[in-house]
Amino acid sequence: MSFLEVKNIVKNFGGLRAVNDISFTVKQGEILGLIGPNGSGKTTIFNLINGFYPLTSGEIYFQGRRIDGLPPHKICALGIGRTFQVVKPLKRMTVLENVMAGAFLHTTSISKARSKALEVLEFCGLYHRKDMDAKNLTIADRKRLEIARALATEPKLLLLDETAAGLNPKETEEAINIILKIREIGITIIIVEHIMKVIMGISDRILAISFGREIALGTPREVANHPEVIKAYLGEAYA
Amino acid sequence: MSLFLQTIICGILLGAMYALIAIGMTLIMGVMKIINLAHGALVMVGMYITYFCFKEWGIDPYLGMFISMPALFLIGCLIQKYLINRLVEVDSILPENQVLLTVGIMLVLTETMRLIFKSDYRSVVTSYSTKTFFLGDISISIPMTFGFLIAMILTWLLHLFLTRTDLGRSIRATAQDRDAAIYMGVNASRITVITFGIGSALAAAGGSLLLPLFYLWPDIGHLFTAKAFIITILGGMGSTMGAILGGLTLGIAESLGATYISMGYKDVVGLIIFLLVLLFLPGGFRSFTRR
Amino acid sequence: MISTGYKKLVVPTIVIIMAIALPFVIKAPYFQHIIIMIFIWATLGTAWNLLGGYAGQVSFGHAAFFGLGAYSAGLLIFHLNVSPWWGLALGPVISMVVAIPIGLVCFRLRGPYFALATLALGEIFRLVFTNWVSLTNGAQGILILNTFSTKIPYYFIAFLIWGISLIIVDRMIKSKLGYYFVSIREDQDAAESLGIPTTRYKMFALLPSAFIAGLVGAFYMNYIAFIDPHVVFSLSDISVMVILVVMMGGVATLLGPSIGAAIYIALSELFRAWLGSANVLAFGIIVCLVILFMPNGIIGELGTLKRLFIRQDKKAMVAGGN
Repeated sequence: MSFLEVKNIVKNFGGLRAVNDISFTVKQGEILGLIGPNGSGKTTIFNLINGFYPLTSGEIYFQGRRIDGLPPHKICALGIGRTFQVVKPLKRMTVLENVMAGAFLHTTSISKARSKALEVLEFCGLYHRKDMDAKNLTIADRKRLEIARALATEPKLLLLDETAAGLNPKETEEAINIILKIREIGITIIIVEHIMKVIMGISDRILAISFGREIALGTPREVANHPEVIKAYLGEAYA
Repeated sequence: MSLFLQTIICGILLGAMYALIAIGMTLIMGVMKIINLAHGALVMVGMYITYFCFKEWGIDPYLGMFISMPALFLIGCLIQKYLINRLVEVDSILPENQVLLTVGIMLVLTETMRLIFKSDYRSVVTSYSTKTFFLGDISISIPMTFGFLIAMILTWLLHLFLTRTDLGRSIRATAQDRDAAIYMGVNASRITVITFGIGSALAAAGGSLLLPLFYLWPDIGHLFTAKAFIITILGGMGSTMGAILGGLTLGIAESLGATYISMGYKDVVGLIIFLLVLLFLPGGFRSFTRR
Repeated sequence: MISTGYKKLVVPTIVIIMAIALPFVIKAPYFQHIIIMIFIWATLGTAWNLLGGYAGQVSFGHAAFFGLGAYSAGLLIFHLNVSPWWGLALGPVISMVVAIPIGLVCFRLRGPYFALATLALGEIFRLVFTNWVSLTNGAQGILILNTFSTKIPYYFIAFLIWGISLIIVDRMIKSKLGYYFVSIREDQDAAESLGIPTTRYKMFALLPSAFIAGLVGAFYMNYIAFIDPHVVFSLSDISVMVILVVMMGGVATLLGPSIGAAIYIALSELFRAWLGSANVLAFGIIVCLVILFMPNGIIGELGTLKRLFIRQDKKAMVAGGN
């Protein structure tokens, strides 16, 4: 039984096939990178795993349990957390309240949710922003808030969608450190990222897709040297 | 059979006039992405202007609309420029405050008319009001036929305007993708003002055409807001063609309902259809073609 | 800890004592009536605010729950000759039961579409209650005899209902529910992805909201002693007005709806006296001004004003320190 198993998933939007027969598995504890040009279907795959979109066909299993067809909140409760590429802060709540909203998944007690949230904020380096309204955060802090909020739901698998996009080099470095720390505490990660330095450095394996199809799957080195990948996507960026 | 045919024809004639009002609403919704609960009130104001021209100066309602249309165009532009466009800068907990603003505008328009004309029921009686002509054994009302023809001509003119002129193209571009239109150098805020003006003028035109057929009082606006909504949701927001189809559907459904269902529950049926469309056909008729 | 707990009780105690004394100080029935009307609107606004303000589901059909409550009380005496005061028990339950299918239907929709669906449902109730003459006596409405000849008993009952509604809402928003409601309002997708069953929690906001609206509707029947479908199911005078009342006072604040209600009733009485038939016009103008210039209501804007000042103070202090 694999930790996460995605089997032949297909997603159509009207006449457009956004995800075309993708299959992969994720082992517990690893970081799987997901790369592909813009519009190749990376975020759509997240939305399919997370339950936002229904599958056109295919199956998804998490810890042996079939999860496709479940609503997003149930999938989260089973232990799959996610962040959004276009960040979705709960704007008129403070940073602490944002994270508490996640922490309430496992408790109804305000004080327990608060202490859990504070712990997570500390972990993500957002503690000093806890009383700020989320709408006033910088983009880097908003990205961190996305991670913190997802971590507060105590996921076993975390889907990170372009956590480093739009950050400066120093902030990117910090984001990488947070991701590595998350792995250290035993959380499995699937990460979508545009910045090659980030994804090549931290992924154990990488799945490359183009136009909704798999073009390569393997170690970062294998994928980077794969002719299809170079043709479709990397080009000069990594070579 | 002839009763059925007559009902259908009556519905089509009525529906074309409804469609004119709904096109105004769908144009506003398409460009501004707002729900305008004051639309029926604009229809009502247009009707009162036409009524006033008839009563005071004896101007025929079909000519009076050439006074009420520019007047409503102006009112619409002012509303958009000084009220609705200002809301963009306002940070509010509830995004629906824009809907509420149109409710406030509706109240102001309705009550202003009530102040001037009182709540009395008024009607326009012309020499041809009750005249009919016969097609075989089917009798057709003359004012309805006039209204239908003028509504069709106006719709056609609007279509030409939207497809053939630069301004019309800018309006369509803004409706499709506001940001892209701004990049292309369209002055979006000016476009919204003009669009609201045109939408209001169409509301006035529809109102004027319906004036010989309906009793007029300040609260009649609600009726037209509801009708325009049902049509817009049926036809899909922002679609002129959809509004015409929706208008004809509502016209036929209403006149069938009036013939075959008791008057009181007629509106209930309309509202239930409206709910079902909202739930199951979120794009209106277009949902069928997209599948 | 004890002293803060003690302090917390001080303000409510003062309010309760003042409220008990009030009808003996203000003896004119006219003013007592106005205060009762304020309580009615404050309660209705508090009910709407739970669903619309906190959970962000802007209902344009709350008259349905108010009207169902009112008719529950009225029909008890009309058909069964049972005291309409039993409506205070029956009305809220009926409103809540009816709210379940309404929620299941409308919560499939978001934003303006939700608003339109609730608007349509509210109107359906008005039309059905107008046309189902054998059950409701149609447009003629229901006329009953007042139980009490003075306003004072009504005053206390209205006060009690208002207090209960405030306690219910306060308890809810200070618990996990409150966090979940606001999360759903701020971003439904984010809320779902945090494991919040959004439809279920919207329902948790709707049911108490319908309950309170039904309760105050049943009281309205007993107090005013006359209802008809066009009054209690009114779109413009109830469903829309309650939203405006809440907006004026402060959306998503505990006391905002009550303050909005006080302003609304006071203004409409003043306008009626000063302006005669132009009073609704003046009210419409105020509505536009409030939305344009105070979109988060009096309490909402007070908060931002205060914060603005405090921040400036802090800056000033830092500057002074340097």
